[in-house]
Amino acid sequence: MLTASSDIKPIEWLAKSTPRKDIVVAAAGPSEISQQTIWMLAVRDQRDKVAFASLFDYFGPRLKGFVMRSGMSSSQAEEVVQDVMLTIWRKAALFDPHRAQVSAWIYQITRNRQIDVIRKEQRPLPEELAQDPGTEPDANQIMAVEQEGQKLKQALSRLKPEQREIIEKAYLGELTHQEISAQTDLPLGTIKSRIRLGLEKLRHELKELR
Amino acid sequence: MSAITHHTPDAMLAAYAAGSLPQPYAVVVATHISMCMECRASFEAHQAVGGTMLDATPATDLSDELKINVFALLDAPVTPQPVFQKSGVYPGPVMELLEGQPPRWTKLGVGIRQNIISSNSSGSVRLLYIPPGQAVPDHSHNGLELTLVLQGSFSDDTGWFGVGDLEIADEHLEHTPTADAGPPCICLAATDAQLRFSTFLPRLLQPLFRI
Ligand SMILES: [Zn+2]
Repeated sequence: MLTASSDIKPIEWLAKSTPRKDIVVAAAGPSEISQQTIWMLAVRDQRDKVAFASLFDYFGPRLKGFVMRSGMSSSQAEEVVQDVMLTIWRKAALFDPHRAQVSAWIYQITRNRQIDVIRKEQRPLPEELAQDPGTEPDANQIMAVEQEGQKLKQALSRLKPEQREIIEKAYLGELTHQEISAQTDLPLGTIKSRIRLGLEKLRHELKELR
Repeated sequence: MSAITHHTPDAMLAAYAAGSLPQPYAVVVATHISMCMECRASFEAHQAVGGTMLDATPATDLSDELKINVFALLDAPVTPQPVFQKSGVYPGPVMELLEGQPPRWTKLGVGIRQNIISSNSSGSVRLLYIPPGQAVPDHSHNGLELTLVLQGSFSDDTGWFGVGDLEIADEHLEHTPTADAGPPCICLAATDAQLRFSTFLPRLLQPLFRI
């Protein structure tokens, strides 16, 4: 156990952001908590517009490309990007790095928004598990989720092109669940167990609140 | 509460995350996730795959105004959307369809009640209230039927279903779910088509009762 030292840059936000106890960080390289997560937490905890601008510059152009793959025009796609970016700003409190990478959280916001626009129907959403704002970030858990995210990325990049195409279709909403059940064989096990740990921790904290 | 043993199939969770699951089933899956940590973790794992794809998408140039527009709106006042929390045995997504009100039951006879909470061209979602010992009328399906237990339990040829358990029945399953002893069984059921009850009500009456 050691506290954040000045040469571990990504951890600095934690020192700044927490009137809480010092964050406990395992000896980890500076690359372990991603830039995107650091920006997102600055947006969540400090309402930091500079960090939001960085998120916008990183995700905005990717989001536009992603949304246009479902056949939306450039101007329609920009409307969706605008709505998604505003949702990121307004719903930042719901982002939980112990369970999700920023890209995963934004993916869901984007798909929900696209469906609202295309089908003109409100997507039914699960209850949110609200975090206690006083919760101390657990850097080990955050980094573990990110490491599993990296592994997932590598696994996806190793797929054969035709397999990859099917996966992409599935997650762009172009396959029915019957079609997906005949297809996907993704290595979701380890990331799922990491997310599960994050959920267990949250559930434990929610219980203590009562 | 006993542990949930009948979960949402993985492909259905992926389709739900991607938004390709028809609305009535999406309501039931959202409700099951609200009750089940196991499926919530799987659902979030699917979001991670989607996020990885998003992250790998090549950038497309944005118009210059977009960033200006977004920043101009950051401090604009927003009317908060109502958030529906669990009330009694009804999780948030059900409360949302009930618009925050208790169910308005319609009697179907022999103590069975229903409340259709959503119905459109993609199918319907209803709450069913079945007293202990009563069978849900024997029926077959045009398509896929999802039944999620919110209170009590039922049993049929395929097994025992307690609170949080999700039964998935396709058109080939001719089953007779029967509510077990104990509190009345309350279920959330979704179909992508009208149910065809084979013994309960004459077919002619179905449009009347919207079964
Ligand atoms: Zn489950």
